[in-house]
Amino acid sequence: MEDVYQELARIVGPAYVSNQPEERFIYSRDPGTMEPREPDFVVLPATTDEVQKIVLLANRKKVPLVPMGGGLVLSGLSRPLKGGIVLDLKRMNRILEVNEKSRYVLVEAGTSQGMLQAYLKKNHPTLKHSVPDSPPMATIGGNVLIHGSGHLSHAAGFHSEMLNGLEAVLPTGEVVKIGSCSISPYWFGRAPLPDLAGLFLGWFGTTGVVTKVAIKLYPNRPWQDVGVFVTEDPELVPEVFYQAAGVQVAEDITAWMAPKPDWARGFQHVNINYAADTPEELIWKRNLIRASLKKLIDQKTGGFLPLPPPMKKNFLEAPQTTLAQFADVRKGGGFEYVGGIMPIELFPNAYRAGIEIAARQGTTYSTGARIIGPGHCMMFFFAYPFNRADEADVERARRALEETNGLVLDLGGIPWKAEAPAQRQILGRMDPGTLNLMDRIRAMLDPQGIMNPGNWEVR
Amino acid sequence: MEFADILHRCFRCGYCKFPDNYQDFNCPSYSKFRFETYSPGGRMWLLRAWLNQEIKTSPRLAEILFSCATCGNCVEHCVFPKFKDDILHAFLAAREEMVNQGIVPPAVRDYLKALQVHGNPYKLPGGEREKWSTGLDLEPYAGQEYLFHAGCVGSLDERGMKMARSVVVLLKWLGVPFGVLGAGEICDGNEARSLGEKGVFQSLREQNLQAFRTLGVKKVIALSPHAYHAFKNDYPRDPAPFEVFHYTQVLGARAKKLSGLSSANGLRVTYHDPCYLGRHNQEYQAPRRALKSVPGLQLVEMGRVKGNSFCCGGGGGNFFTDLLGGGPESPARARVREAAGTGASVLAVACPNCARMLEDAVKAQDLQGEITVKEISEIIQGPMQT
Amino acid sequence: MNDLKFSREICERCETFDCLTRCQYLKMDFATAREERGRLLQGEKARVLEECVTCYACEEYCSHGNHPFYHIVERQEQLGIWPVPKPVTKQQILMMAPKGKISPKKVQSPVVNMCYFPMFTGSIRGKLFEGASTIVGSDFFCNVMWLHFGKNSVIRERLPEVIANIWEHYLSDSGVEELVCFHDECYGTYTRLAPAFGIKVPFKPVHIFDYLNKRLDELKDRIQPLGQKVAYQRSCSNRLVPETQPWVDEIFKKIGAERVDRKYDRENALCCGTIFRAQQKDDLADDVQKRNLDDMAATGAKFCVFSCPACLFTLGESVFKRGIMPILLNDLCQIALGEGMKGG
Repeated sequence: MEDVYQELARIVGPAYVSNQPEERFIYSRDPGTMEPREPDFVVLPATTDEVQKIVLLANRKKVPLVPMGGGLVLSGLSRPLKGGIVLDLKRMNRILEVNEKSRYVLVEAGTSQGMLQAYLKKNHPTLKHSVPDSPPMATIGGNVLIHGSGHLSHAAGFHSEMLNGLEAVLPTGEVVKIGSCSISPYWFGRAPLPDLAGLFLGWFGTTGVVTKVAIKLYPNRPWQDVGVFVTEDPELVPEVFYQAAGVQVAEDITAWMAPKPDWARGFQHVNINYAADTPEELIWKRNLIRASLKKLIDQKTGGFLPLPPPMKKNFLEAPQTTLAQFADVRKGGGFEYVGGIMPIELFPNAYRAGIEIAARQGTTYSTGARIIGPGHCMMFFFAYPFNRADEADVERARRALEETNGLVLDLGGIPWKAEAPAQRQILGRMDPGTLNLMDRIRAMLDPQGIMNPGNWEVR
Repeated sequence: MEFADILHRCFRCGYCKFPDNYQDFNCPSYSKFRFETYSPGGRMWLLRAWLNQEIKTSPRLAEILFSCATCGNCVEHCVFPKFKDDILHAFLAAREEMVNQGIVPPAVRDYLKALQVHGNPYKLPGGEREKWSTGLDLEPYAGQEYLFHAGCVGSLDERGMKMARSVVVLLKWLGVPFGVLGAGEICDGNEARSLGEKGVFQSLREQNLQAFRTLGVKKVIALSPHAYHAFKNDYPRDPAPFEVFHYTQVLGARAKKLSGLSSANGLRVTYHDPCYLGRHNQEYQAPRRALKSVPGLQLVEMGRVKGNSFCCGGGGGNFFTDLLGGGPESPARARVREAAGTGASVLAVACPNCARMLEDAVKAQDLQGEITVKEISEIIQGPMQT
Repeated sequence: MNDLKFSREICERCETFDCLTRCQYLKMDFATAREERGRLLQGEKARVLEECVTCYACEEYCSHGNHPFYHIVERQEQLGIWPVPKPVTKQQILMMAPKGKISPKKVQSPVVNMCYFPMFTGSIRGKLFEGASTIVGSDFFCNVMWLHFGKNSVIRERLPEVIANIWEHYLSDSGVEELVCFHDECYGTYTRLAPAFGIKVPFKPVHIFDYLNKRLDELKDRIQPLGQKVAYQRSCSNRLVPETQPWVDEIFKKIGAERVDRKYDRENALCCGTIFRAQQKDDLADDVQKRNLDDMAATGAKFCVFSCPACLFTLGESVFKRGIMPILLNDLCQIALGEGMKGG
C-alpha cells in the first residue's frame, strides 16, 4: 500500500494524507454505537481535480473509497467497512456563488452548515438555508445526500428536495454535473431534465463523490416566534400536525417527548416555528396557527405553553445546541437515534412503541418528530443515550436501536440514514424489482465496487 | 492521569471547533491541519485510546497533543456544561504525562531544556533581561506601588522589547509609580505549565513568590497576558500574595487622561483579543477603553472578537515550538486576513506573542501596504496619520 | 380540612357586587352581576367561571374582605372548569412540585425567602441586604400560582408542607421568627391566603417593600437621589396585599424617584398578560400589554419597576425595547445607594 500512499501524497500534498494510527483510529469511528472499521488512509482533498485523481487511483488499485462530510450521521456511514481510503471532504468548503434573486447558493460539498449560515447572515441577511439540528460541523453536501431535514422542512420538504444541482466524480473518475448546471450557467433546479440527482441522493456515497451542491435559499424573515403546543394524549398529535401543517405559514413543526425532566414525561410538545417580515404579520400567522387548533384548545385537551420571551430563545435557535447535550445524559458522550420516515398518522404507535422498547432494553430515551412538507410525512426519531465507557450501556443502546429499526419497518416506515445492519433489513423487505434496479445501477456506475462497499449491498 | 474521567464524555460534535457565530473554524490546530485528530474532540478520543492502550505512544500523538495552542476556544464553546471547563485541564494533564515519560516533540524538549538551563527560551544569559529598558531610566523596584513584569518575550524578543519600551514610557507619562527587576526578573512559568512541565513551573513560581515576598511586592503589572494569567490563576489564591494587572487595565482605568495625548484623525483600528487576557480571563473592555481614549480613532471589530477571538497561534508554547507551523492556513495568517477584511489599517494587539506572530503573518500574507500591527500603547502615543 | 373562609351570608347581603362590576375584563353591568352572584352561590356554571382572567383584583375590590376570587377558584375546581388547558395545567403542577432538595442550615436575620426564583438570588447583595440569608427552591415555592389554574386543591396539599419546610429546617432552629418575602405572592400567601384557608403560619412574614423602606432609613446617608421618572408595574398578587402600596410610594420618595402618574397603576393596574396566554387568550394579552406599555412610554419614565419575577420575564424585553429599563425595586434602591446593578 506504500505506492498508494505515495500517490495520494503526490495528489494532495503530504500534509493532507495520513496512514498513521492516530488518524486511522479516529476515522474508524463516528460518535454512534457502530463498531470501528479502520481505513488504510485518510485523505483531505481540496479540489474536484484532486478528488478525481484519487478516485482514478482507487479504481486502478481497487482500493475502497469512502466519502465523508462531518462524520455526524451517528449510524456509522462514513466508517470504511472494508478498509481503504476515507475521503474527508471538509477542506472543500468554499462558498462559490449566491444568487439572491433566484435564491440559491452553490457550495463545495464539504462546506459546513455553520459557515454557510454565518456567511449568509453577514453577506445576504435576507436569505437563509434550512439548517438541520445536527451540530454546525455537519456538511451541506452530506446532509443533502442523506435526505436530511431541518428548520425549513415543514415549509419546503427534505433537504434533498431543496437540491438544485450537483457536481460529482463518478466511481470511474468522470466528473458530471447534474441539473440545470449541466447546460446553463445557472444552478436553478433539476427540472425539466431527467432527474439524475437520484443517482446520488440516499446512496451513502456508493455511487460517487459529490463535490459541489447548489441548494435553495429562503427568505430570512426578521421577526420570529415559536408556539409550543402541549397535549397528553398521543392520539391527538396527528391531528395537531395535520391542522397546524395545513395552515402552511409555519417554517418548522417538530414534536419532542422525553421522560426527563419529570414534568415532561407523558406529555407531547409540538413546537411550531414561524417568521414574518413585520410584527403584525407575525401576530397574524400566530393567530392562523392558533385558529387551526381551536377545537383542541376549546376542548381544553391541548394548549400553547405561556412562554415568556427569554424562555423561547432555545426553541428559536438553529441548530438547537440542547439536542447535542442529550449525549451527556448518561455522562458518557454518546447517543444514537433511529430516524423513522413515516406517515404522520403513525405517531401514536411510534411513540408508544419507543417507550416500550426503551423499557424492555433498560435504557432511557428521547423521542420526537419533524414534519416534512405540509404534513406529507414525518421523521420520527427514537434517541438512546449511552455511556461509551460502559460497554454494557453501549450494548443496551445498540439493542434498542436494532429493535427500533425493526419496529419502524413493521409500522410501515423506513429508517433514515440506516446503518449497515438496518440497510440489510430494508433491502430484505424491498420490492425485488427495485432491488434489482439498485443493483444494476451500482454495477453500472461502480464496476470495481470501490465506493463505500458494505453499504446498500444488494447481493 | 488527572481528568481522565471526562475524556469519554466528549461527543465529538465539533462545537468546540467554532466561534459562537460559526463563521470559520476557530480551533487553531484544526484550522491548520484539518485532520479530525487535531481538533479538541479528536484529542479527547485519542487520549482516551492512549490511556486504554488502544493506540501506542508515538511522535505523531505527541505532536497532535502539543500542537494545541491552549487558546480556550473549546472550553468557551463546548455545549456540555458539566465538563467543558476541564477540557484544557485534560490536555495539560496529558502533556504532563508525556513530559514525565519523556515523549515530547523535539521542539518542546528544546524549549524546556533552554528554560531549565538558561532560565529563558532564548538561551541568553540572565543579564540580558535588563537590556530592553536601556536608556529609559527606569527605577529598579524598591517598594513602588507596582512592579512591572516584562516577561521573557518582552525582555528578550526584538518585537517584545519594542512593546515593553512603549508601554513603560506611557506608564511613566501617566505617572504610574512602578519599578522593574531588570536582570533579576525571571520567567513567570506560564509556558512551562502549559507544556506540561509542572516541576519547572513550580520552581519558577516559588522563586517568583520568594522574590516578591522579599521585596514586598503587592501589585504587579504584567506586559504579557500569559504572565498575567499565570500570576492570577496559577499562583496562590485565597489569599493571593499580590494583585496582578495587565497593563491595558492600568491604561483603561486612565483613559480620560490618555485622551489628551494624541489624536487619530479617523484612523481605523481593529483589535485582536489575546486569548490569555480575553477568553481565559474575561478582560475585553479595558483594552478597548484604552483604544477609544484616542480621539478620532475608529474601532472596527472583526467578526471573531472577545470570547470568539481567533488565536494567533502563539499560545500553548507554540510561540517557541512552532508546531503549528507557517503556511497560508496558519492561524496567524488567517487572522491577519480577517483583520484586513475589516478595512482597518491598524491591527491592535495587547500581547507580545500576538505582536510578533501577527506582524510576521502580515509579511507572509503580503499585506504590508494594507494593515500594520501595532500594540495599544504604540497607537496611543503615536498613531499613523491617514 | 382547610376550608375556605368564605361567608355565603356576607355575599348574599352584598348590594354592590364590586367584585364583578369593577372587573376590568368582564365589564359586567349591575343586573348581570347580580345574576352571576346567584349562580356562584348556587354552585352553578357561570360566565365568570369560564372567563375570569385570574388577575386577583376582585380580592381587592370586595369591600367585605370576603374572598370572592378564592371562591371563584373553588367553584372552578368543583365544577371541573379548567381556565388553562388540562395538559398545560398538569405540566405546571409537576414542574413546580417540591423536589425534596432541602439543605437545612443556620440562617440569620434578615432571612429572605426567594421562593422558587433562584435566578434573582444574586440581587440580594450589598449594604441593602447586609448579612442576609436566603432560602430558595421548589420546596419553598409559595404555590399561590395555582389560583390562576383553578387548583385550590394543590395549594391546600402543598402549602402546609412548604410552611413546615421553612419553619422547621431554617427559622426555628436559628431562632429567627421573621421571613422577608421577596415576592408579593409569598407575602400574600402567608398573610392572606393561608389564613383564608385556615392554614397556620408560625413565622412573621415581612413584605420586601416594608424591609426596603426601613433599611433605606438606616442607610439614608448613603442615598444619592436618582432624580428619575419611574413607572411601576403592579403585579396581580399585590392585589392580595394592597396595604403594601404606600410603602412603594415611600421608597420612591426616599430614593428620589418619581412614581409616574399613569392610567394603569394602583387599583387600575393591568396584568402582565402571561396568564392570559396560558388561558390561550393571545388577543387579550396583546391588547393588555400594548395598553400597559403605551401607558408607561407616554410618561417618559426611564425605569419600570417590577416586584414580580413573572411580570419581569413577560414584559421586561418589551419594556426595554421602548427605551425603559426594566428593574427590580431592590436593584433600583441599590443604584440609589451607589451600588449599581451588579454590586458596584
